[in-house]
Formats: sequence, C-alpha cells, structure tokens
Amino acid sequence: MGKRKHSRLTESSTCENVILHIVFLLTMCLCLVPFVLLIMISLSSESSLVNHGYQLIPSEISLTAYRFLLGKSTSMLQAYWISIYTTVGGTAASVIITLMFAYPLSRKDYKYRTLFSFLIFFSMIFHGGMVAGYMVKVQILGLKNSPLVYMVGALMSSWNVMLMRTFLQTSIPEAMVEAAKVDGAGEFRAFTSIIVPLSLPGMATIALLTGVGIWNDWFSGTLFITDSTKQNLQSLMYQTIQNAEYLKQHMNEVGGDTAAMLRNMPTESARMAMCVFAVGPIILVYPFLQKYFVKGMVIGAVKG
Amino acid sequence: MVANTGTQLRRRGERTKTLALTAMLIPGLIVLFFNSYLPMAGIVMAFQKIDYSKFAFAGKWVGLRNLKLFFGSTYTPVIIRNTLLYNFAFIVLGKFFSMAFAVALNELRGLNAKKVYQGVMFLPYFISWVAVSYIALAFLHTDYGLVNRTILPMLGMEGKNWYQTPAAWPGLLIFFNLWKGTGYGTVMFLASIAGIDPSLYEAARIDGANRWQQIIHITLPMLYPMLIITTLLSIGSIFNTDIGLFYSVPMRSINGLLADVTTTLDTYVYVTFSSGGSASTVNLSSAAAFIQSIIGFVLVLLSNMVVKKINPDYVLF
Repeated sequence: MGKRKHSRLTESSTCENVILHIVFLLTMCLCLVPFVLLIMISLSSESSLVNHGYQLIPSEISLTAYRFLLGKSTSMLQAYWISIYTTVGGTAASVIITLMFAYPLSRKDYKYRTLFSFLIFFSMIFHGGMVAGYMVKVQILGLKNSPLVYMVGALMSSWNVMLMRTFLQTSIPEAMVEAAKVDGAGEFRAFTSIIVPLSLPGMATIALLTGVGIWNDWFSGTLFITDSTKQNLQSLMYQTIQNAEYLKQHMNEVGGDTAAMLRNMPTESARMAMCVFAVGPIILVYPFLQKYFVKGMVIGAVKG
Repeated sequence: MVANTGTQLRRRGERTKTLALTAMLIPGLIVLFFNSYLPMAGIVMAFQKIDYSKFAFAGKWVGLRNLKLFFGSTYTPVIIRNTLLYNFAFIVLGKFFSMAFAVALNELRGLNAKKVYQGVMFLPYFISWVAVSYIALAFLHTDYGLVNRTILPMLGMEGKNWYQTPAAWPGLLIFFNLWKGTGYGTVMFLASIAGIDPSLYEAARIDGANRWQQIIHITLPMLYPMLIITTLLSIGSIFNTDIGLFYSVPMRSINGLLADVTTTLDTYVYVTFSSGGSASTVNLSSAAAFIQSIIGFVLVLLSNMVVKKINPDYVLF
C-alpha cells in the first residue's frame, strides 16, 4: 500500500479519493444516525414527543425516562440483572467447556479424535429445528420459565469448537505439551498450566462471540418464558414494544383508568431509553469486540 | 523381560492419556447431546401429533399426515417463495455491497479514516434484532416517526401507516438486513484483500496499469474464491431466515396485514408452533421444521461438493 501511494498521485486520483471519502462519510452517517436518534428520543420530554414527534435535536430535553426506568419500575432492573448474570455465567461456562472440548480434538495423538470431530461436524450441518429443541428444553430439561434457558443454548457452539481447535493447532506447538509431560506433569496439569495460559487470545474471541450472543438473545425468552419477571432485557424490550403498540392500536377498548395511566407514563422516551441501556454495553466493549472478532474471522478463514 | 515392562508401561501411559483427554470431553458431550443430538432425534415429530402433555417425542404416530397437510396448504408456496426470494436478494446485494465497500476502503488514502469507517460500518452487526426493531420504529412510527414527521413533510409528501403497508416491507427488510450485515462482509473481504501478494500490483504498475485496471484485473479476480465459497455456504442455508428480522422488526405479532410479505419458513414454524397445543396448525410446525432440516442438510452437502471441485482449500469438510 505504502509504495502504491506515491507512485501515481495524479489529479484524478485525488478527486476519486474525495468522492470515496464522501461516500464513506454518508455510509457512516447511515450507520450512526439511528443510534443518535435512539439517544435523542430517550432524552426528549414527553410533551415535545407528542408535539413534534421523534427528533434528532429534541425541542425539550428531559431525564424523566431514565428516572422512571431506574426508579419506580423494577422490571427493567430485574431484567437487566438477568441479562448480566446469564451473560457472565453462560460465557464463562461456555469458554471452559469449549476449550476442554477443542483441546483433545487438536491433539494429533488422541485416539478418538476423528470420532468426536465428526460428532461436532455433524451437529453443524444437521439441526433438529425449533420444535424439537423446544420439546427437549421444556419436557426433558424442565427449563420453561427459567432464566437458565438463555445460557443453556449457548454453552457450546460447534463453530466455536472448530475455531478453538484451529487456534490451538496453529498457535500452540505440540512440543510444549510434550515438554511439560517429560517434566512429570499429567494431562490435566499440562492443560491447566500450559494450554490455558497460551490460549487466552482464542478464549477472548470465543468469550466475546458467546457474550454478545447471550446478551442479544431475545428469542429464547419469547419462546420459553411467560413469566415477565424471569425475562432478560432483550425479551422485555421485545414484549414492551409489541404491547405498547398493541395498546395504542386498541386504546379505545382499554378501560378509562388504564388509558389514563398509559398516558401519564413516559412510554415513548422510556422504551427508547431501555434500548439505550441494552445497546450501551455493546458499544462500551466495542473496541475489544472488533479486535477479537476480526482475529476470530481470520483464524476461521485459515480452515473452517 | 525389561523390554516387556517397558512396552507395558508405555501402553498404560497411552491408556491414561486417552482416558484423561476423553474425560475433558465429557461436559461438552453432555451439552452436545441435549442441544444437538436429542433435537435431531426429535424430527420424528413430523410424523406425530404434537402433544405437550406427553414426554418429548411420545406423540401419537400419524404417518405422513402433517407433511401432506403442509404441502397441501395453499399458503406453503408463498412461504417458500418468500424464503427463497429474500435470501436470494440478501446474497446478491449483500455480496455486492460488501465487495464494493471492501475494494473502495482498500483504495482509500488515509489509514485512520479507513479504520474509523470500517469500525462504524461493523457496529450494527453487534446489536440485537430487537434493538433494530426499536430503531425501525423510531423512523417508521405512524404518529411520531422521523419519516412521517420530519423527512416526508420536508419533501412535501404525506406520511403513511408503514406497519399496515405490505408493499413497503420487501424493500425495508432488505434494507435492514444490509444495514446490519454489510459491515461484516466488508471486513471479511478486506481480510482477503490484505492477503493479496503486493508484487502482483508492482508488476501491473510496471506494465502501466492504472488504479481501475488494477482493481479489475487483480483485486476482483483475487476475491472470486472468497466470493464463491461464501455464496455457496449461503446457498446451503437458503431455507433459513433470521426470525428477528422477519418477525420482530415488522412487529408481526400485532401487524397481521404484513403476513404475506414477512412469512418465511422460520416465522411460519414459530407462528404455528406458538399458536398453542389445541390449534390444528400446531402440527404443521413440525412438518415445516422437518422440511427445513432435511433440505438444509442436503443443500450443505451439495454446496460443499461444489466448493470441493472449485477449490479444495475452502471446503467446510
């Protein structure tokens, strides 16, 4: 790239460059404006929303939505807590299980390597589908209305196992394991004292992939959880947006008291504030996310 | 005698090693069993009457009745058409924009600007479809939305009730899918551009090739393998759609009018399945899920065979 730069700096290429920058600046706006709009709506006062609609620059700023969400209503905080502990717990468990599964598969001298690799591979190309998955989780594992359901589905992804296996094969020399065993360490000792520290970058990639997956999982809650106090933030968001719109469409049928209550609630700004709470952590960890995600994509591309 | 004990020791060492390594697999095997293999066995439910009160997969056998009902339904061609056409549009437009952005980013001067553009474009990939639904609502809300309240009045046009306008949704769904996924594709193609041997460009420049000629004769041809492989993999999952995009974003559960343009196999399975144990349509969900599993499986095998022919380095298996 560096050499190419000064080889052909004609007028036209500078002009092209300006056009490209404009195209990318516009694309960047297209990607960022929606987030700005979300934040602005959440900061708008309810009266400015009613009078002027959603605006990129609100005519009246108010923190009512945030006060409302963090104060009286505990349902969001409850859901937030569920999101946090399922994400942290599920990710930690998933990283450990994935590494423990990928490591033997990465060892060329492991006898049943082919058999278990096939089990993983087959699970990647053939799926039982939603109906069968539901029956197993509800009737066999008894996960109906349990927040654990957000974690269980994410405990080990076959794609991540393959990713981790490739990572181990390409970045940890087999000689290191051999050396440890000559020193008298058993397989488990070699695993905990050599493999685990060396695979931290791979584990970070898996952790971020899994963590984002659990954090963003709204569908499990929709399918398995009917008790709204057991839902995570994303499922609560899903329910809120559908219910609020439903109520608005049927406002006339709702009784006087409920309608009055709904009118007094900062529904419009509050639900957008909830979305800000859900997207916020993703944006906070985004620099790491991007770095390790690209790393994972590159490892995966070496051999899928 | 000495040699004999040596072999025995080695054999015992071998056995302990195999045992230890196999033990490490146990937690993962349990997960795999419940998350993947038991549900696989569950596809037999396509031949049963779904019964929530019975233990999993213990429903009454009904033979091919569910599948016949599914294929006999006049709605089924619509579902399959939607699933295939949307995925076709996603593949063609998605690859086009990802490649165009990747090539353009590569030609751009200014390393910092490049990083910023790439980073911002990748951001939507990481937020949930529910968050996208909120964003969609912020723009499309009938009374308050930015489109109806600000953008259209500025152009002197009347607002619309977007969630009751089926004709708008094919375009909207394609737009949201591109908005969320193009950054991912761009990063992927950029990674393969980074792997192109710089001496190819040197040689082209010595021969007097300008930037356009370099793009057309070097960059694009070098991206074809990646393009073909990722396209074939997408074809392998052409019967799958994201339920977040097709169900949550158009708020399907309350906007029945949009059913014809938003029902794909996945949303159909979900809608029929969640309709409850007493509804007659509930048995159609297992039939549709069965079709999806089997066809998906066959398509993955076929596309992998094609990939193997084109470039064995890129095969999935």
